[in-house]
Amino acid sequence: MSVVLETRALVKQFGGITPTDRISFSLERGARHALIGPNGAGKTTFVNLLTGVLRPTSGTVMLGGADITTLSREARVRIGLVRTFQINQLFATMTPLEMIAAVTSERLGLGTRGFSRLDASAGLVTETADILARFRLDDIMDETIATLPYGKQRQIEIAAAFAAKPSVLLLDEPAAGVPEAERRELLDTVAALPADVSVLLIEHDMDIVFRFATRITVLVNGQVLADGAPDAIARDPAVRTAYLGEAAHG
Amino acid sequence: MLSRRWHPAEALFWAGAVAAAFLFPRQLLLMNEIAILALFALSLDLILGYAGIVSLGHAAFLGMGAYSAGFVALHVASDPLLGLFVGMAASGLLGLVTSPLVLKGNDLTRLMVTLGVGLLMLELANALSFITGGADGLQGIMMGKLFGQFEFDLFGRTAYAYSLGVLFVLFVLARRIVHSPFGLSLRAIRDNPLRATASGVPRNWRLAAVYTLSAAYAGAAGALLAQTTQFVSLDVLDFHRSADVMLVLIIGGAGYLYGGLIGSIAFKFLQDIISGFTPQYWQFWIGLFLVLFVLGGREMIHGGIKAVLARLRVLKPGKRS
Ligand SMILES: Nc1ncnc2c1ncn2[C@@H]1O[C@H](COP(=O)(O)OP(=O)(O)OP(=O)(O)O)[C@@H](O)[C@H]1O
Ligand SMILES: [Mg+2]
Repeated sequence: MSVVLETRALVKQFGGITPTDRISFSLERGARHALIGPNGAGKTTFVNLLTGVLRPTSGTVMLGGADITTLSREARVRIGLVRTFQINQLFATMTPLEMIAAVTSERLGLGTRGFSRLDASAGLVTETADILARFRLDDIMDETIATLPYGKQRQIEIAAAFAAKPSVLLLDEPAAGVPEAERRELLDTVAALPADVSVLLIEHDMDIVFRFATRITVLVNGQVLADGAPDAIARDPAVRTAYLGEAAHG
Repeated sequence: MLSRRWHPAEALFWAGAVAAAFLFPRQLLLMNEIAILALFALSLDLILGYAGIVSLGHAAFLGMGAYSAGFVALHVASDPLLGLFVGMAASGLLGLVTSPLVLKGNDLTRLMVTLGVGLLMLELANALSFITGGADGLQGIMMGKLFGQFEFDLFGRTAYAYSLGVLFVLFVLARRIVHSPFGLSLRAIRDNPLRATASGVPRNWRLAAVYTLSAAYAGAAGALLAQTTQFVSLDVLDFHRSADVMLVLIIGGAGYLYGGLIGSIAFKFLQDIISGFTPQYWQFWIGLFLVLFVLGGREMIHGGIKAVLARLRVLKPGKRS
């Protein structure tokens, strides 16, 4: 398998703390990879570094063999590196239809068109409809996003990322805060992502992680504590004391 | 899907604006002022309502348009459309050049920066008196006939028709733009800049583009002002212009294009009525009105408008509606 996303000795410091401490990481093409670690381990910071929300103090980020460390956020999205947010980041005054159309229109390169109608592009109309149907949002597509239940908003969070046609999708705790009853639908959505999309999933729920992942990276205090196949991670004594044991008690 | 068709209420609004010319032939000068203020407010709505950029210095662009159009009329040619075009181009250019200043920072820094640009332009106009006429302003502007046909008369007939016509054309254009993919990307930035960039939207370019467009619109309003009053003074760059237009949008509501239009009608009538019985203190009363309006009435009024608009929305998936 070939590596699609890679970091080399990535470091991020905020004043005295180092939430990303020389992380060298690789994500393989088509991966189902989980990134786990206790609260404050630096998982979200790592995703922010990958997607350009934060600039690293040192080290490099590579996508498809090319150095993208200094690339703008939107340029990374255009070459297929897309993420969701741990805390919902939605276009709250829009409807799901409008939000998905906004992302799709950008992906199709229509965003500079100031004089054409939104429904003038057949590609935009069909792709938007496809995504709404795929994420089972078509029945609520005309409601204002801000008024929708949290579980649905979480679903839109993923759908909007998917609308950008990622080759690499970074999911930051997609089911966080979602009530048990709605969790299943959300996790089905994650499980149903196309095989050619490489997925990095951040998740605290170990059942979900071990069901989903074929490879797991454990982050503690900004450093990679362990990296490998799920069964190896489950047996790793360092992981058990530093993380899994703690989670089992807490 | 996703299209916004013209609603009968909109047609009625514009028919009303035309009919007003015949119903109130002695109020044409006031109505001309309203049309120009409406265009100015429309311009602010483009950045405030659709892109979330607040400004307290929008008069900079009004003034740029007014002085440019006045300058063209005095020194180049008296054709109104030429002056209008030059005014829009000059203001648009100023918008483009100053746009980097509003890309960074939060609402407060934007308010400060735009305020600063506005004050700077005022001082500049004062200093460059060999172009602007300084405190005396540009006087003796003679306008040629509109389309070589219609003379600007004392009653404001041609003036109102001209201003309303320009407002309508630019409104239709704005309406088209805000409902385009570009317009949708602006709303994305306004709603959530973090998500917008995470969706591939180049935030800075889009904001610079709409800021330039908005400046050109304000320039058009300034040009109309210079041409129909045949006078430009430092007053066009004064802070109260920027504050008034903000007030107009607050009254009318931002982000649905008609807010500036409705707001300017309400604002001018308020100003007219209040200054009728208390000429010195009208600003006090409008200030008081504003406070009460923001505290209580706004949600009520805008709630009503939004409820109507919600019914006007045409959002049908999968087919061209
Ligand atoms: N902008 C910032 N400035 C200063 N410190 C920060 C900043 N962002 C994150 N941190 C710190 O970096 C550390 C890692 O935070 P991060 O959000 O990446 O953890 P996480 O693994 O995602 O945690 P969680 O599981 O709770 O989401 C924390 O100590 C946090 O307080
Ligand atoms: Mg996190």
